[in-house]
This record gives sequence, C-alpha cells and structure tokens, in this order.
Amino acid sequence: MSIDLSEFHDVFFEECFEGLGVMESGLLTLDKGTDAEEINAIFRAAHSIKGGSASFGFMDISSFTHVMETLLDEMRDGRRQVTQPIVDLLLESVDVLRSMVTAAQQDEETNLDRAAEVQQKLEAVLEKSGDDDTSTQSCSDESSSSSDTGPASNKGQSQVWQIKFKPDAGMMKNGNDPARIFRELQKLADMTITVDTAALPAFADLEPESSYLSWVLELHGNVDEKDIRELFSWVEDDSELIITSLHAETAAEENHGTATAEGETAIAEPVIAKQSEAAPLPDTEIQPPRENRSADTAQAAGTPKTAVSKESGSIRVNIDKVDALINMVGELVITQSMLSQISSDLAAGNTHTLENMLDGITQLERNTRELQESVLQIRMLPISFSFSRFPRLVRDLSNKMGKQIELIMTGEHTEVDKTVLEKIGDPLVHLVRNSLDHGIEMPDTRKAAGKPEAGTLELHAYHKGGNIIVQVSDDGAGLNREKLLKKAIEKGLVSANEELSDERIHNLIFAPGFSTADQISDVSGRGVGMDVVQRNIRDLGGNVSITSREGAGSTVTIRLPLTLAILDGQLARIGNETYIVSLVSIVESLQMQPDQISTITGQAELYRLRDEYIPIIRVGDVLGMKSEQNCLQNGLLIVVEADGQRVGLFVDDLLGQQQVVIKSLETNFRQVQGISGATILGDGTVALIVDVPGLIQRHFDDCTRRSLSLTAVA
Amino acid sequence: MTSILAVDDSPSMRQMVSYALENAGYEVVLANDGERALEIAENTRVNLVITDVNMPNMDGIALVRKLRKLQDYKYLPILILTTESSKEKKMQGKEAGATGWIVKPFDPEQLLNTLQRVLD
Repeated sequence: MSIDLSEFHDVFFEECFEGLGVMESGLLTLDKGTDAEEINAIFRAAHSIKGGSASFGFMDISSFTHVMETLLDEMRDGRRQVTQPIVDLLLESVDVLRSMVTAAQQDEETNLDRAAEVQQKLEAVLEKSGDDDTSTQSCSDESSSSSDTGPASNKGQSQVWQIKFKPDAGMMKNGNDPARIFRELQKLADMTITVDTAALPAFADLEPESSYLSWVLELHGNVDEKDIRELFSWVEDDSELIITSLHAETAAEENHGTATAEGETAIAEPVIAKQSEAAPLPDTEIQPPRENRSADTAQAAGTPKTAVSKESGSIRVNIDKVDALINMVGELVITQSMLSQISSDLAAGNTHTLENMLDGITQLERNTRELQESVLQIRMLPISFSFSRFPRLVRDLSNKMGKQIELIMTGEHTEVDKTVLEKIGDPLVHLVRNSLDHGIEMPDTRKAAGKPEAGTLELHAYHKGGNIIVQVSDDGAGLNREKLLKKAIEKGLVSANEELSDERIHNLIFAPGFSTADQISDVSGRGVGMDVVQRNIRDLGGNVSITSREGAGSTVTIRLPLTLAILDGQLARIGNETYIVSLVSIVESLQMQPDQISTITGQAELYRLRDEYIPIIRVGDVLGMKSEQNCLQNGLLIVVEADGQRVGLFVDDLLGQQQVVIKSLETNFRQVQGISGATILGDGTVALIVDVPGLIQRHFDDCTRRSLSLTAVA
Repeated sequence: MTSILAVDDSPSMRQMVSYALENAGYEVVLANDGERALEIAENTRVNLVITDVNMPNMDGIALVRKLRKLQDYKYLPILILTTESSKEKKMQGKEAGATGWIVKPFDPEQLLNTLQRVLD
C-alpha cells in the first residue's frame, strides 16, 4: 500500500510560509534585545519546517533548514551569543528558504547555488564555537550500541542468535510488554523461548506492575543483529540484554532452572531468515524520497523574488464570522417562510395581512442588510498582513542607504477587503521607499538641521466614515515647491503663469514621468512610481494625495472604500437621469450663493468657497445630458476632491445617499471617460457612477477645445 | 475499533498522520498541542497516543508525564515523534514515561509498522 502524500503538500507549503514569517519577525525583534521565548519560537518554526519537509520528501529544504536549526538550537541553549551578523545571516537564510519553498510549491527547479553559499556561511559560523554535535545529515543515524556482543551484521548461514533478556523491575511501567517484543522477533525468524521464573515471589507478594521474569531466546536464521537490537531499542536501557551469535551445531542450551518452554521447537536445518516486511525499522534507510529537482543551470529566476503577491484563491476566516453568517441565513429563512405564508394568505383574500406583509418586508430588508455586512466582513482581513513586510524592508533599506530610520506602525488591526489588501501592498512599498530615499535625510544632514539623527517613518491606518485611510508620513525634508513647479513647467503639465496652490503643486508628483530626483537610485527616482501608485489606488476606487512642509516632512494619504463591489454613493439628478458620486471623493455639497460665483465669459465658471476658487463643472454638459437647471444658483454643487484639486460638480438635485452594487460598464457596453460603472437602483432604473478624475479631465479637455476653436474663429 | 490520539502542532503532519492511520482502519483523534491533548485524554479513552515533542503551550515530554498520571493512561502505549536522534531527547521521553519513539522523518508505512509493535 502506498499512500499519496501530494494532497498534503499545499497545507504544508502554507505552513512553511507562515513559519518563515514567524522566523522573520522573530529575528527582527532579536535586533532589539534577546528574548528567550522568541528564540524558542524561531527554533520551533525551523524545526517544524525541517521535519515536515523531510516527511514530504523535500530533502534539499530539510537539510538546509537543519543547519539553521542547529545554529538556533545553540542560541536557545545559551551556547551561542545572539549577534547582529548572525541575525543578518539567519535573515538571509530565511530568504533562501522562502525561495526554495516557493520553487517547490510551483514545481520548479530550485537554484541551489545561493542556498549552498548561505549554507556554507552558516556552517562556517557553527565551526567557530564549541559544540557542533550534529552532522549535517538530517536523516537519523542512530547507532546506539550499548551492547558489544557479536559482529555488526553477520549474514552467515545457519546462524543462531541467542538473546538473554531480563527486564528491570519497572520496565513495563512505560507500557512496554515483552510479549509484544517477542511477537515481533518471531516475525524475523523461527524462535525458541525459554523463561526463567526463578525470581518470581509468592503470589501474595506479587506486584502486578513489576517484572520478575527473564528469558532466553534463540533465533534461528539469517537475521541481522541490528534488526534484533532494533526491536529492543525502546527497552534496552531498562533491561539486561545480551545478544550473542552461536553456531547452529553448538547451540548451547544453558539451563536456568525450571523451564516452561513456549513457542516452536528449533529447526535444525539452516533456514533462510524471513525478513519481515512488517519489521518496524525507524532508523533504516528512508525510502528514496522525492528530491527537489535541482538545476545546475540557473533556470529558475536568479534573484529570489519575494513571494510574488499571489492572488490566492483562498482565505482564512475566523470561525466566529462564519457562525454569525449561519445565524443570519437562519433568520433569512424564517423571514422568507413567513412572507410565503403571508402571500398565500393574501391570495386567499385576507386583507389584514397586508400590514403583516409590509412588516415582513421590513424584516427582510434588515436581514439582507445584516447578511450583506456579514458576508463582506468575511473578505476582510487586518491590514497587518500588508504592514508586516515593512519592518524588514525598512531595516534593509536603511542599512543600505546608511540612514537611521525608526518605523512606527499604528492601526494594524484595521480591517480591509482582501483584494484591497493584496493590491495595496505594492503602492505602499513604493511610498515607503520614496520616503526613505527622498524624504528622510542622512543622519548628519538631519543633525545639522537640528533634527534627531534617526528619522521617523509612520504607517497609520484607520476607518473613517465608511472608508479606510492609510497614511505614510515621514519627518524628512519634505517637498520642494520650486523644484516641483520648475519640473512641471518643463514637462508642460502646467503653464508658467498659472496660479497654483502649494497643495496643487505637491500633488503634481503623481503625474506620469515626474521625478525631480537628481540622481536615479535603483530604489526609486525613475519617475514611474507615483503615477502607478495613483492608478492602482484609483483602480481600487480610492484616491491618494500628499501634503508636505519643506524641512519638516511629508504625508501621503490614501483613501479607499471598504469594499470593491459596493460603493457608498451620493445620488444626484441631472435632467431625468440619476447619477452617483462616490462619497469617498465628496468633500461637501452646497447651494451656491450668487455673489460668490465668478464667470469668465466663454471660458470658466468659478465659485468662491471660503478662500479658494474652485472650477464649476456642469456635469450635464460634459456628459451630454440636458440639465433641468441652467441657472447656477438653482441647482446644487457637489464639491469633490481629486489629485489635490477641488472642483464643483453642478447638478440639478441631490437625491440622498445609499449603498450601491457596482456593475461594470465595460463588460456590458464599453469604457466611457468620466463614468466608472453603473448600478441598478431599487426602482429598476440604471444609474451611472461618475468617475471624478475622468470627468474633470474630460471637462478641461472640452474647455481647451472650446477656447482653441474660439481663437481660431476670432 | 482501535483509536489513536495524535498530537502535533503542524497541520500538515496532523493531516498526513490521520490520513495514514484512518486508511489503515484506525480511529484518529487530533490535538494541536499538549494542553489540548490532555483535555481530550481526560475525557476520552484511546488505545494509543502519538505525540510530537516540540510544541507550544505544552511540549510532548510534559504531556507524557501528565498522561501517565491519569488512571486510564498508566500503561497505555505512548510514542513520541522526534526529529532529534540524540540520545538525550529519547532518554527524556523515556524518563517521562514514554513507551518508545519514532524518529522523523518517517513515511506512513514506517509509522504503521511501528504501531504494530505496541498494539495487540
């Protein structure tokens, strides 16, 4: 019978990654001070991976981990000091291991060069100190030989092994039973058993839990001594065991007093030993395991990529969430059967029940809403999953750049939709890199500026009004307004005489191709980062903006909806149509005061809101819909924010806020600039969802076109 | 039917062991650490216990010690799973009361063969 273990591989791989995560975060805390329990946890993780990988046949992984484990063992026993270089080396080993596991998981060949290199370094460290008891072989090589009788393995013909076995009084306390051992021995060859009962006390004095007997056994056949010894391995320290080899002809029978012969009689002729297939042999060779197909040619990607953010098809859910869901479905079923009942009553002409029906429907609404919340909850995971990579990243980068950085993370328990979580990782990494590279200055620069030498990088996540806010802030150099402006003018993003607020200028960094970095480092500066960040965030239905103070630091704020499929939207009417604006983008809504409206004929309409002028966009005009109101003060203005810029959307009326399910326009029609999707309202009509940045762009394109055509005419 | 309590903090090991044993006709109860195993043992009677050594909360050696104090578990076969082939761990196990040990890595066949040694 052979059992196929491959179905357990998936679970094993997941376990490995978790274990590696534990090791990594544990090692990072070791930086700050030695904690015995932490080292133990790291050791256990390595130990598990070693054992598991060997059991499942991944011998490369197992032997590599074994070396790590040996080092960790010394550390946890106090036989080796925890030093920075060792922690660094172990962190490197974790990386190697991660890539090995990933390769195994994807059934690819591992590039063993790096592994061999790191393993050598580990072994070098191990050699430099006292204890180095284990060999690098992970397979056991138990060779306990407490007895020195007989040749090691003597497969002579016509062999007889004589075994004298006397258990200590307490041998059986551990559950071992001579009878069972003998039973197994008999599977090896024919056996005679002679018992010596001389030590048996009177029945009244007999202690049932103690052993008083001893035996002489003779095995006739072609048996390896080590196989015999194996069967006694659990009890040899609790007994007297003497194994000698006798010649068949001179099989001495020593008398031990009264004997009660049990078992078969000896067979004179030499018998080929029946090596039992069932012989339990924990330390014989492991059946040829499945080796990791190692490649000499580096076919696999040379650089071990950090686990590509796999969009995994599975999710771990807290069982409480599932229970809550089950409860809610139960309620729903009850409500549904109640409504069925009512409707059949109604059909029978019972008018009283109309009221009940309305009650039932209200209940249904409540059930559905609760169910919806519950289900969405299931897709939520704490953002710590995303944040967890940063301690390591910051550490490595700050070492690389020679800067001192302190990382503070808050709000890690804030829950985010799983897809959002997966997609926000890369943008965050880019923002962090930016802060470290361009934001935070070198220690001496900081000192000269009167700042503490160590810069602070803060990652902060929280819920606010149905959205997730994630902020990346640093206390570095901040953005340089002049440089930005100059670059923007160079690139034609703004014209030289435009009046722009600081905020507007700062948010220019999100424009494509924009980079004021004088030197392009390999970390950042190629100017392809920030606009990708913005695009990624927009794809998630959110927005990103930056605020900065020169000399003091910068803060990038990402605003995201709680879920992707559902939008909290403001309904607005234009003519006969209903449109939806995501609440994430809305700053405020108001009715305009006539004296605050300024018009530049033929070009733009502006509204003075407190101390800034915001452009008014007549949404109906942009989208080609007939508005009901033409007069600005008769309609309403929705002030929205995009790219650090505020604009006002002019609509006929506001219709309230609600959650809507986002349906794709692309899959049903085609992409339209200014529209991000659609939804079906309660009354069955279709409402289009406005894409604010797209709409703004479209508006300004229209304006430009108009003014060009005017100048052309004039 | 012979029932076995298998204790290991590694989910993949637990899966593998339970699969192998159930296929061989044994009934399997699982626990992910010593504490949990002890709880189960106090309320259920099994015929054999297999436990890993390195586990959080309560390790295998401590578990064996505690199990031996239970009336039903005084002479029950208890095997420890250990990857360490050093004598010390095995001795520790024995001193705590373990019947024997199985060295990891093992494959399901080896596991079943070893079990034969302790089951009637």
